[in-house]
Amino acid sequence: MGDPPPAPDPSAPQPSSRRSSQVSEQRSQERAQLPPAVPDGVQQMPLDAQVLRSSQEILESQANLQSWSQGASLSPYEQLAMFQAEEAQLGGMEYPSLNTGFPSEFLPQPYLDGGGIQVPGNASLMQQLQHGRGNVFQELESAYQEPRPDLLGQFSMYQREDLQFSASAQHGPYMRDDPALQFSPSELGFMSFSMQVPEPEPRELAVQNAKAYLLQTSVNCNLSLYEHLVNLLTKILNQRPEDPLSILESLNRTAQWEWFHPKLDTLRDDPEMQLTYEMAERQKALFVRGGSGEGEQDMEEEVTETAVPNIMETAFYFEQAGVGLSSDESFRIFVALKQLVEQQPIRTCRFWGKILGLSGSYLVAEVEFREGEEEVEEEEVEELTEGGEATEAHGEEEGEEDEEKVTDVIPKPTWKPPPVIPKEESRSGTNKFLYFVCNEPGRPWTRLPHVTPAQIVHARKIKKFFTGRLDAPVISYPPFPGNEANYLRAQIARISAATHISPLGFYQFGEEEGDEEEEGRAGRDTYEENADFEGIPVLELVDSLANWVHHRQHILPQGRCTWVNPLQKTEEEEELGEEEEKADEGVEEVEQEIGPPLLTPLSEDAEILHTSPWTTRLSCSLCPQYSVAVVRSNLWPGAYAYAIGKKFENIYIGWGHKYSPENFNPSLPGPIQHEYPSGPEIMEMSDPTVEEEQALKAAQEHALATAEEEEEEEDEDEDEDADD
Amino acid sequence: MDAESLLLSLELASGSGQGLSPDRRASLLTSLMLVKRDYRYDRVLFWGRILGLVADYYIAQGLSEDQLAPRKTLYSLNCMEWSLLPPATDEMMVQTSVVKGRFTGDPSHEYEHTELQKVNDGEKVFEEEVVVQIKEETRLVSIIDQIDKAVSVIPRGALFKTPFGPVHVNRTFEGLSLSQAKKLSSYFHFREPVELKNKTLLEKADLDPSLDFLDSLEHDIPKGSWSIQMERGNALVVLRSLLWPGLTFFHAPRTKNCGYIYVGTGEKNIDLPFML
Repeated sequence: MGDPPPAPDPSAPQPSSRRSSQVSEQRSQERAQLPPAVPDGVQQMPLDAQVLRSSQEILESQANLQSWSQGASLSPYEQLAMFQAEEAQLGGMEYPSLNTGFPSEFLPQPYLDGGGIQVPGNASLMQQLQHGRGNVFQELESAYQEPRPDLLGQFSMYQREDLQFSASAQHGPYMRDDPALQFSPSELGFMSFSMQVPEPEPRELAVQNAKAYLLQTSVNCNLSLYEHLVNLLTKILNQRPEDPLSILESLNRTAQWEWFHPKLDTLRDDPEMQLTYEMAERQKALFVRGGSGEGEQDMEEEVTETAVPNIMETAFYFEQAGVGLSSDESFRIFVALKQLVEQQPIRTCRFWGKILGLSGSYLVAEVEFREGEEEVEEEEVEELTEGGEATEAHGEEEGEEDEEKVTDVIPKPTWKPPPVIPKEESRSGTNKFLYFVCNEPGRPWTRLPHVTPAQIVHARKIKKFFTGRLDAPVISYPPFPGNEANYLRAQIARISAATHISPLGFYQFGEEEGDEEEEGRAGRDTYEENADFEGIPVLELVDSLANWVHHRQHILPQGRCTWVNPLQKTEEEEELGEEEEKADEGVEEVEQEIGPPLLTPLSEDAEILHTSPWTTRLSCSLCPQYSVAVVRSNLWPGAYAYAIGKKFENIYIGWGHKYSPENFNPSLPGPIQHEYPSGPEIMEMSDPTVEEEQALKAAQEHALATAEEEEEEEDEDEDEDADD
Repeated sequence: MDAESLLLSLELASGSGQGLSPDRRASLLTSLMLVKRDYRYDRVLFWGRILGLVADYYIAQGLSEDQLAPRKTLYSLNCMEWSLLPPATDEMMVQTSVVKGRFTGDPSHEYEHTELQKVNDGEKVFEEEVVVQIKEETRLVSIIDQIDKAVSVIPRGALFKTPFGPVHVNRTFEGLSLSQAKKLSSYFHFREPVELKNKTLLEKADLDPSLDFLDSLEHDIPKGSWSIQMERGNALVVLRSLLWPGLTFFHAPRTKNCGYIYVGTGEKNIDLPFML
């Protein structure tokens, strides 16, 4: 542990024994036991015992010292320090000086001489002490070779914090805590270092020294141990947590972290919270009463009816069923819908629901425009499609010309793409309502395009999560014709058609019965509210599914609500296609697809694997008088409907997928195309191999050679004949 | 979610659309307190709700001082009377893996499953069709256990491990910061770690053994089976599991509020790879 102290002074034993005996009052009895002049070695043992004994006694008497540690083993130097400490204690000093156990640099060396041992006033003894000190220490060191953990350990914790007094050489030799220690100035000359004039309050000075040490900062950081401890203790005292010792390390770490991460900056906003503040600002804009604010006039205007429904009431009823978003979120949706109604020419509006996505969700509003308002966008879309058809027609004509010119042409494939089923008109069938979506209340609403039957057909075949961005591509097989906005619209259409229900009798068919023949086949598609609806008791609604009906048209396998024969051609197609397609007319007959008519009760719905597709509940079994009837769809998990008295509503909150008890089987790729059949026009032959070609060439040459020979022979013959 | 902060947690988790009606909430507040007293749990969690055809199961879990010790699961049909469920075993899992479809809601319901079993009859060995009865309670236990092992979530720093072994709630957890909250690596599975030992030494060197002793979510297979988004104007981070749809984990960054709840049909989403 360090260098042993200098060799003992052989002349010392006597004074040392006397000294030790004098220091300990309690040892007075034992004083007599010590033989005055004994050689070192011999004396060591009794000194040992004496010192040990004395230390024990002192320790026992020091009841005020609390033991914190559990008995670390001590090095000899620590025990040395103990010893000093004890002696200091005797004199009633609170700050025992120590020169302890701390690493070897702090050996009992010059500093020691200054402090530590208090000797009540005997100058000569002090001198002897100083001389003999090195001696004593060495002896003590040998005495304490074996550590005595329990007793002496008590001191170590207590004193360890004050240890560093002797540490920094840079502060120069200064008095450690107790200057006075009853040294009179005249004796100071014997010290090997210069001493400061002791200040009047030795204890204060000691405190200041300790504090100065704690306040020092290292090169690495500006924080000193003192400030950190102050922070930590202040924090603990302010918060007063239970059992602080067990969370001491965490508190320490937190306090350190906080030092480098100041909480509030008066000049700059917290950069992390930027996005949050932005969103809050946007939502704040929702709450502002729109337009010119002129007090009373506004109040009168706003009391009139608005297209926005009473979302809070709906949310309340759904909450009874355990469904729905929280009430403040519902209010925000209400305000956002109000904003939508102000921006667009809307006649009726409804909160359809929420579709969850991977990185964002969609809030969907179902609206109906006022008459004549939405034609603008429709026309643009139609123009585009017509333009497309014109170019196609042009292409066909060119093809025909080419066909006439070139004789040897690759035969045209007989495959024709299946006819495109036209999408339904606005305000009818699947496109009866318009849908607006937004990601969060406060963000702008985006209108979803109308859905085409092809999209619905494809949507039935795939199952994909929504990402939350409307322009994300939908990568699937079979390839979905459109992006996420179209897929979303298709799913909304399917969900609406399958799960929008109302109590029986709420809607009834209109009284107009003109064109019954045409309508009879396709089913009626209009309904109106029944003014005489009395409401069905809640218990009956829960008991029987026949009390609920679908009020949205079922979507046929074709993808539309009303059936359209795909082979019926429009006029343009007939003109172009007459020549080529005569053969195909009349070959395929497509059967009309029929679905359940409007307003069919739920009891007619197909079962899912022997379980009913709907579950009905009372919202609260403890108070059936005030309960709401709740119907939950098992086919589209997340679709709920409630009804009480004359009120009812539907909502969907979920991922937007159908439930299927079996696994999802993706569509298989199409069959391999057949090869073109070999016939007279086209016959496939394999290319000749090199050997064959060479053989052929050889044969040709041979034939040529023989032909030439024959000619030559004939010529010769003729010549011969001529000669004759 | 902790029963102590039930109302706030339900409010924060409501973004998924399914929650509890007011009467259920009131019953839960009362009954969970009684459960804690009767069973002497250190912490009671309201685990969630499994939707059945006829009735729903409400599930609660009780934890002891050591947060990673096996938990006790209780179920109730009316949020008032709770029954203790037996602990889950592997055999249960094997047995119930053949049962498909929705829960009925009747705990004594038995699913029938016909199996071909080899029966030794003297010297002959032939296969017989045996109808195995599986109780719905067993299925409930095993599903809850599977969901816990697969998708229960806790943010990093909310638990800490003491040198003696037990895991405690970290009372000085102040919440994740906003930048940390958006990363999947700041969330751990709330179960015994399985993959920790597979980390390389270099990775382990950066870990803090008192805080990073659980598996993180970012290595879950299939990748992308967690949907992480901010709600409520960027003031709440919500994690939803796509493997077990219905599990929602919420955390308000910079606050202590966090928790998870499962409201769903109790069926695994096996189509997940097709859907991503």
